[in-house]
Amino acid sequence: MLGFFLRRFGVMVLTAMCLTLIVFSLVNLQPNLEKLAKEQNNMRMTDQQVTIWLQEEGFDRPLLTRYAEWAGNFVTGDLGDSTRFRKPVSEIVGERLYLTGKLMFWVMVVMVPSALLVGVLAGMREGSFQDRSLSTFAIATTATPEYVSGVVFTVIFSSKLVGLQWFSGSASKAMDGITFYNFTLPVMTMAIYGMGYIARMTRASMAEVMTAQYIRTARLKGVSFRSIVVKHALRNALIAPFTVIMLQFPWLLTGVVIVENLFNYKGFGWLLVEAAGNNDIELLLSCSVVAVAVVLITQLISDIGYVYLNPRIRVKS
Amino acid sequence: MAKWDYDGPILEIENLSISFFTRAGEIPAVMDFSCIVQPGEAMGLVGESGCGKSTVALGVMQDLGKNGKIVGGSIKFKGRDLNAMTVAELRDLRGSEIAMIYQEPMASLNPAMKIGRQLMEVPMIHEGMSEGDAYKLALEVVESVRLPDPERMLKSFPHQLSGGQQQRIVIAMALMSKPSLLILDEPTTALDVTVEAGIVDLVKDLGEKFGTSMLFISHNLGLVMDTCDRLCVMYSGEAVETGSIAEVFDRMQHPYTQGLFRSIPLPGADKNARPLIAIPGNFPLPHERPEGCNFGPRCTYFEEGRCNKGEIPMFPAGDRHETRCLKFQEIDWTAPPDVAVKAEKTQAGDVILKVDTLKKYYEVAASALFGGGEKRVVKANETVSLEAREAETLAIVGESGCGKSTLAKVLLGLETATEGHVLLENNDIAMTPIERRDTRTVADVQMVFQNPFDTLNPSHSIGNQIIRVLEKFKVGNSQAEREEKMLELLDLVKLPREFARRMPRQLSGGQKQRIGIARAFAGGPKVVVADEPVSALDVSVQAAVTELLMDIQRESRTTMLFISHDLSIVRYLADRVMVMYLGHVVEMGSTDQVFAPPYHPYTEALLSAVPIADTSVEKKRIVLDGDIPSAMNPPSGCPFQTRCRFKSEVPGGLCEREVPPMRTLTDGHQVKCHLEQEILDRMEPVIKVHAAE
Amino acid sequence: MEPLGSFQILTTAVGHFLPVWIGLVLIMGASALFKRNLSLYGRLFDSPVGMIGLALVLFWVLTAIFADMVAPFDPLEQYRALKNKPPGMFETETGQAFLFGGDNLGRDVFSRMVHGSQTVMAIAPVATLFAFMVGITLGLPAGYYGGIFDTGLSFLANLVLAFPVILLFYLLVTPEIRSTAIPTTMAAVLFLIPIIFFIVFIYCRFSTRPDLMWKLLTPVILIGGFCYLHLINAWNPAGVWMDGNTLNIFVSVVFVNSPTVFRIVRGLTMDIKTRDYVAAAQTRGEGPWYIMMWEILPNARGPLIVDACLRIGYTTILLGTLGFFGLGVSPESSDWGMTINEGRKLLRLFPWAALPPALAIMTLVLGLNLLADGLREQSLKD
Repeated sequence: MLGFFLRRFGVMVLTAMCLTLIVFSLVNLQPNLEKLAKEQNNMRMTDQQVTIWLQEEGFDRPLLTRYAEWAGNFVTGDLGDSTRFRKPVSEIVGERLYLTGKLMFWVMVVMVPSALLVGVLAGMREGSFQDRSLSTFAIATTATPEYVSGVVFTVIFSSKLVGLQWFSGSASKAMDGITFYNFTLPVMTMAIYGMGYIARMTRASMAEVMTAQYIRTARLKGVSFRSIVVKHALRNALIAPFTVIMLQFPWLLTGVVIVENLFNYKGFGWLLVEAAGNNDIELLLSCSVVAVAVVLITQLISDIGYVYLNPRIRVKS
Repeated sequence: MAKWDYDGPILEIENLSISFFTRAGEIPAVMDFSCIVQPGEAMGLVGESGCGKSTVALGVMQDLGKNGKIVGGSIKFKGRDLNAMTVAELRDLRGSEIAMIYQEPMASLNPAMKIGRQLMEVPMIHEGMSEGDAYKLALEVVESVRLPDPERMLKSFPHQLSGGQQQRIVIAMALMSKPSLLILDEPTTALDVTVEAGIVDLVKDLGEKFGTSMLFISHNLGLVMDTCDRLCVMYSGEAVETGSIAEVFDRMQHPYTQGLFRSIPLPGADKNARPLIAIPGNFPLPHERPEGCNFGPRCTYFEEGRCNKGEIPMFPAGDRHETRCLKFQEIDWTAPPDVAVKAEKTQAGDVILKVDTLKKYYEVAASALFGGGEKRVVKANETVSLEAREAETLAIVGESGCGKSTLAKVLLGLETATEGHVLLENNDIAMTPIERRDTRTVADVQMVFQNPFDTLNPSHSIGNQIIRVLEKFKVGNSQAEREEKMLELLDLVKLPREFARRMPRQLSGGQKQRIGIARAFAGGPKVVVADEPVSALDVSVQAAVTELLMDIQRESRTTMLFISHDLSIVRYLADRVMVMYLGHVVEMGSTDQVFAPPYHPYTEALLSAVPIADTSVEKKRIVLDGDIPSAMNPPSGCPFQTRCRFKSEVPGGLCEREVPPMRTLTDGHQVKCHLEQEILDRMEPVIKVHAAE
Repeated sequence: MEPLGSFQILTTAVGHFLPVWIGLVLIMGASALFKRNLSLYGRLFDSPVGMIGLALVLFWVLTAIFADMVAPFDPLEQYRALKNKPPGMFETETGQAFLFGGDNLGRDVFSRMVHGSQTVMAIAPVATLFAFMVGITLGLPAGYYGGIFDTGLSFLANLVLAFPVILLFYLLVTPEIRSTAIPTTMAAVLFLIPIIFFIVFIYCRFSTRPDLMWKLLTPVILIGGFCYLHLINAWNPAGVWMDGNTLNIFVSVVFVNSPTVFRIVRGLTMDIKTRDYVAAAQTRGEGPWYIMMWEILPNARGPLIVDACLRIGYTTILLGTLGFFGLGVSPESSDWGMTINEGRKLLRLFPWAALPPALAIMTLVLGLNLLADGLREQSLKD
């Protein structure tokens, strides 16, 4: 068991290194560097001046050397300075990550239970009217990316045209204090898209379990339908969706970027766009590391959870 | 609802009809089915797949799913009509009064719930028992199904148990509330023969001990004979004959029952002198059932204008013996069958295949998920030696994990040997994987696979699949020639030529298996490995496919290695037999030598375990303890020592220390055992056939 | 002229789609009539969900085909007078109404929505097809051989999958990247794979019959080569097929989709290779590629078709995301994601500009998902 996690951890570190190397080489492509040079000095620099500036700043050294240097600094906690914000990267990232953390927390609180509930209710009686309507609802939500639902919700709930104006169409105030008024739309927008996928996985898993022989055994033992669902089916049915929920995180990141820009909530996603849009190399690199780390850690948790939930695997080792 | 007392029969089914409603319309699965089970009686339901026997069981349980519906008749349990019961009443009944056991023990147990919980649940629901009492009861019941270490069992998850243990747990679960009726749906089909014997033994004893009535569903007549008092033969949704075991087995009154008995290899059958007689034709699909008698089109006694007119009722044919045949009084049931052509016994030729001290070891990771880490060696084959001659049939017998499939893979070149030689006409192919074999060698060693539903690629037409084989074996010079050859092969396996254009899904199991045979013989092979070629087929089809295989082999003088766990069929068709256990050859000799004492202790147990559907046969009961050890972790010394009943007869714990050497007893009869010659000589035959009455 | 009321807007819009309705009725009617002979596609007409899905998808496909007939205005032409005007106002010169209003540059929202379908239809299905080719060509051997080869490829696939999609796009779909060799190199590699796929596909089946093999291989190599040179912009006698922008987007979309397909194909292969018919093929001495391409792949088609539908939907969403961030697409284009992005800035005042493309994306993806669901349901019924 321990060996497994050590190996898993090794692969994780290797993946992180490969990914950061790719990001590093992509942001350090020659055109990007030239753009950086011009932005840092003036836009009408000659090619020769650019070359000289790049030489002075040490950008002409081999890529791997610079990557090793950057990685070394990164490990010791020196994340460099942002050219866009003119502040140390570590400061900015921490602050923005905290804001996004709050958003994610509420998204999870809304999304996961409702998705599981929809999935279980749909899957426990496969083919029934209840199943058909809930499944169609789930499919519809997976067809509604954040930039669609965000627009639709804003029009319905906060535009003058419809006139409901229940919620705020901007979440910029939520950065100081979350209220129902300013935070509902971003949370709802994000939760809706992710929810359908989890719900469908749960439904499929639940429907499969409900046709399993051991459910028939339980039924023919005289167990009531409610007990069958709660005691016999649920745990087996939740093994697959658990993995899915965890693997949703990398996907949610795209949502975070969209929603934060759509609702003007200046969190991590907003920061990423700023960094990419302004060719802010150090900031972009650190953002990538965070993103990759989140993905890899969730994958690890998903593995551990899978092993924990599934006794068939747990005891074997 | 408390259990109530009732003097009459436990179960009365009257004119039951069950249909499934699909988009294609109503499909009748069971029609006009009646039977009565008295208290303490065991009733067998026998028939081929699709005959409706399992549907009857589910009908009794009132668990037919969304599409199934009882469309006529009544099912009375202790005098109360189950059809009229509410959901809540049924729930009270299920598990407490009627319990059911099915085919796949692993699938029947909840993988995420400890066994104890699953057992305790029954009395806690039905009798409102406290957790402590339920636990005590569970311990008791687990002990009564003869499982070792009950406390540990209750704490385990299902996957930690072997198949045999799981099935015992399922039985224990069914017995937790001491039901009046136990329904067993093919409870041993997924298990090995020696394990099956243990379960059958247990079921019989428990039935006697608790006085439980049983409804035992099986396709195996021998198994029903071993366990039941009465039986009911079903065909295509109808009961065709019902009566006591003795009546039906010895005084059958229906042509289908007769056909069944003639198509299974009983001890007296012989492939040359008394060949099996297959029932002609195929099982009708539910929507293709004929007018009148369902069996009519396949029946030798069929009479136009009589058998295909109107409904045919059950006729009384003796004491609680009924038959659904119009002509049962006219048919001479004692007349011997028209034996087709008696074949000459073929003379074996030169040695074609010689395997010499072959070893095959696998290295596997200790656990699949956490791969890597420690590696374990699975010794799939240990010093296997054999010789097979031209036109000879060598049977390889053994249960799961005995290494017979690995041996086949090495012969075919799908795996290479770890050590030893495989000589195909003096050409050593043990270390040559299939990619490096020349076309001739590849075509020379071919295989017939076990599972007919898996043996043909569902995406390609039959004709194309056979032509591809011919292309690969470089048979024929042009496409037209190959086409012609393909049609000839279809003739050879007695299938109509139109089948060339069909897709595999349009074929029945038996037909697919025929295509598999045509494919194996396409390149004129010297050796054909047949891996349980008929075990997945229905009884009546088995005989036809077996005969076909034998005929083609006789014609082409091919050497056949017939892999099987079914000793009846082996005795019927093999010239020589090789018994394997956990990678070792434990006994080898001519068929007569192996089936007569002295036996290897394992062969003896195996012989005793195979159910034989013949009332004149008397078997010695030898039930092995426990399950087959895992090949990953074999016992020390003799592989069979953990289950051997003679172990104590060998002094000094020799069996645990040393693998016995292969000993030659008489001419060509070899046994791998430490037992003294004198003890071997004292062995009695397991199967005794009484003289006919 | 008086602006049109809501009901009139609706009827006029429905009227504009006339060619689409005709096509839809013809296709659906013919398919429903001959459904017994159309195998899996035909059985789709037994499932209401699948039929609705198919109708939605066909609607947008036909709209893309007949866009010029359906749209009353040029999607790029600006009419000052109708800037940010609500739905139903008339354009005086042509006498046609701006059915869904005008955007912030005075362009007709309805016509832009109709033309936007062309961008999606041109990229999403083809990119998905390429992603499948790549995923299949790599997934088959990974699943079949296992071992080091599988470990290596799986690691690479997981690497791409662990990469947050949005970050990847920000790095790959930029004007700066276009001036480097990266997109063309990636295109050169990715587009080569389908040609290799078809050559291997034909070779391993017909190498026993060389005359037939060459008859089949020659057109594949010629047509494939011709398309290939066009796609990588190396030789363009039939005009440029993909400008730098589109190529860049195309390659990135194929790149992020392939690893998922790879994983699916790998899993299916590992499952199917244990079947007896694969063993039967091995025992008659078939080569590994024949087994992968002709024994395993045809039997994996069911789940792959279902996934392809879902994946086209996902690609549509991805293209919308790209447009939404203004990545890659030219600023003038009527791309749906792009239009949403422009419209959202004034969303609370003039919501009509962003809403139609948003609903368009939603209905198309919904159609694809329903279609996939219907196909899955029907394919399981055997």
